[in-house]
Amino acid sequence: MSDATRAEICVTAVADAFRNDGEALASAFGSVPTVGVRLAKLTDAPDLLMTDGVAYLRGDVPSLSGEDEGEPVTEGWLPFRRVFDLLWSGRRHVIMTASQIDRFGNHNFACIGDYAKPKAQLLGMRGAPGNTICHATSYWVPNHSAKVFVETVDVVSGVGNDRARALGERSSRFHDLRCVISNLGVFDFATPDGRMRLASRHPGVSVDEIVEQTGFEIAIDGDAPETRIPTAAELALVRERIDPKGFVNREVPA
Amino acid sequence: MDKRTTEARAVAELRSGMTLGIGGWGSRRKPMSLVREILRSDVKDLTVVTYGGPDVGLLCKAGKVKRLVYGFVSLDSIPLEPHFRAARQAGRLEVTELDEGMLQWGLYAAALRLPFLPTRSGLGSDVLKYAPELRLVRSPYDDGEELVAMPALELDVAFVHMNRADARGNGQYLGPDPYFDDLFCMSAKRRFVSCEKIVETAELVKSGPPQTLVLNRTMVDGVIEAPGGAHFTECPPDYGRDEAFQKEYAATAKDEDEWKKFETRYLSLASEAEYQAAVAERAR
Repeated sequence: MSDATRAEICVTAVADAFRNDGEALASAFGSVPTVGVRLAKLTDAPDLLMTDGVAYLRGDVPSLSGEDEGEPVTEGWLPFRRVFDLLWSGRRHVIMTASQIDRFGNHNFACIGDYAKPKAQLLGMRGAPGNTICHATSYWVPNHSAKVFVETVDVVSGVGNDRARALGERSSRFHDLRCVISNLGVFDFATPDGRMRLASRHPGVSVDEIVEQTGFEIAIDGDAPETRIPTAAELALVRERIDPKGFVNREVPA
Repeated sequence: MDKRTTEARAVAELRSGMTLGIGGWGSRRKPMSLVREILRSDVKDLTVVTYGGPDVGLLCKAGKVKRLVYGFVSLDSIPLEPHFRAARQAGRLEVTELDEGMLQWGLYAAALRLPFLPTRSGLGSDVLKYAPELRLVRSPYDDGEELVAMPALELDVAFVHMNRADARGNGQYLGPDPYFDDLFCMSAKRRFVSCEKIVETAELVKSGPPQTLVLNRTMVDGVIEAPGGAHFTECPPDYGRDEAFQKEYAATAKDEDEWKKFETRYLSLASEAEYQAAVAERAR
């Protein structure tokens, strides 16, 4: 039996989502996504590019706490203006957090409530409109509930599949929603009309629980498979090398 | 030409109702001494264009902003700017919320004196719903692709903060990222640069390579020496963000009494020199 925590299962799910991205900038927000893309770079996807969170491309893979490290390896300069150039050119896969997401993957982290006088002003549009229309996008939800997985998002910051289709083939040809990873399961959009589908449920999570915590009807093919458990080698990399302080377990309680 | 001036003279050129662009990014290298000078003035009803940080929070709290054009407003280490949030949630602000890249594109269009620049960003999102003034444009070539025509964001005045400048208006950043300060200056009719230190022109390349000279003097009308002028935002390598001060500032959004105390201690002062003295006193 593996002793992998729920958070660590989410980490390998993120790593799997970035496995085939090749030489692209992997941008992650949140502890689980950050550890996941670093794990991908140390295992199946060594060609991924990452930033140091400021303005440099980091050639080595640092730990989350940034301790016990030698001289950082800088392999490039990526100030914000060049981030925009790069993302508009498409060589990027981002995993963003979502305050709300609907069945077609329309995403909101801008504000909740009436736009003119929001109940809660959140991050704003940030880069979500441009990211989603220009390159691969995935989402991370550490607190899967019907408040996040909603029938209709209050504001569309990230573009979903129905809206992309409505733009026509040419304007939406770089739109590429990959997956949503939550603390309960992994979801993709492998349905004829681009609706969200349960790809796998994390070990210990039932389909019923996911249905109950999701505010829209989700596509489910029979009894969805379980998300894979991290290998011993992956767990060692996460626990000893990337996240020795276990930050991921604070983001997703076991 | 000697372009040295003061915060007071720069802000004296601002009129109520003008469009002001502010450089920097979030809580990074913001021209805060100029922002504090605006707080001392009777200017109001500004349209502010920026990648927002505490500059936006302070100007909103002081009731100086009529309309805000932005991609985000953040304190970085504190993701949501609390005074901006409060102003939004009170319904006090008119806003044009853009994708971050669209904001750059609008500034770039203005800098190049173009009416717009095309971009894919914004298509399909609610940016277009809430900014109905944005129009689409169809490619005149065989592809016929429909794109957003991001209009030029023309500014009346731009304020940016540099690490070094000379008296003639050549400006130098020594940190990791120039942000969009050159575009803010090129998009504005009147351009003011505060800096940590004014040096002789020949000294500039002794601090950093010529590539760090992000502003040339055609882009600048006035230069203000303002040591600590970006406080409490970061201005590396001269200084990092004053996180303790920023926390104190952020906490004032929860409690009007705390705000009044903060205002009395740091903002209702006669000059930037008095502000810097109050900050030094706090650090003791």
